[in-house]
Amino acid sequence: MEEKDLQNELASIRSIMERSSKFISLSGLSGILAGVYALIGAAIAYYLLYVDLHTINPDIHYRIVGVLNSILNVSVFLILAFVVLFASIATGIILTTRKAKRKGQPIWGNLSRALLFHMAVPLVAGGILTFIFLARGYYGTIAPITLIFYGLSLVGASNFTFSDVKYLGILEIILGLIAACLPGYGLLFWAIGFGLLHIIYGSMMYLKYDK
Amino acid sequence: MKIAFDKLDKAFENRVRLQIMSVLAANERYDFNSLKDLLNITDGNLASHLKALEKEEYIVVHKSFLGRKPNTNYEATDKGKQAFKDHLNTLEQLIKQQKAI
Repeated sequence: MEEKDLQNELASIRSIMERSSKFISLSGLSGILAGVYALIGAAIAYYLLYVDLHTINPDIHYRIVGVLNSILNVSVFLILAFVVLFASIATGIILTTRKAKRKGQPIWGNLSRALLFHMAVPLVAGGILTFIFLARGYYGTIAPITLIFYGLSLVGASNFTFSDVKYLGILEIILGLIAACLPGYGLLFWAIGFGLLHIIYGSMMYLKYDK
Repeated sequence: MKIAFDKLDKAFENRVRLQIMSVLAANERYDFNSLKDLLNITDGNLASHLKALEKEEYIVVHKSFLGRKPNTNYEATDKGKQAFKDHLNTLEQLIKQQKAI
């Protein structure tokens, strides 16, 4: 046995331990794209839902939120949110499947199942809670709740994938708590949490693991 | 101190066996089919190596049923974990030693 063989032996052990215990096929690129979709969605929501005061008073050049409790506004908002959500999930699935193939990791194995389960529990709970509050008209709670529960789901899932996911989750939770203290800025916090943080984190993951 | 190659565990001379132990060191339990997918080897090949590790008492088998499908799980014993650790230490020392030359 040469030194090279020994090094290879150790490298193969390290790789198999990682591949067997962590789902390492999550794609960083899909994080970047999800962030971009979220920012586009937030921009459209801003223009559709916020009233341009300029039309009322020509001296004012900013927008304020329109009557958000009107049924029309709520449905526009929900449709936008769902389009962004589905586009992000679809991109994530496609890119992750591609990466899993390249890494030789089964896309539907023990690990991806455990990962999805641990993500799904807080997400479903948070999703249902969001709908209950929406139905009751507590619109101001939506941004903090979605951010906090999304953060919890990431922290829960991080045991089964890159540990970096945990820090993203903690950041989302902190952001959600700040959003809860500043009602009225929900859209801004959404844009930061789902847009900006995803782009930053996705780029880091891309540079670190996708190359 | 010079460490000889014969200090390496004979049970791990085979690559597949070493890989199996690596998986069981990182995970509490692992089932047969997932192991097969991960290592990308045939049923027979995997089964024979598992048998060999079982004979050394490095791993234990847990058989159960998931619905009607048999589900076989493997777990490393304390003896197996210790052997794996020793093997890694020896590998590390061998590398250090060769670098020193």
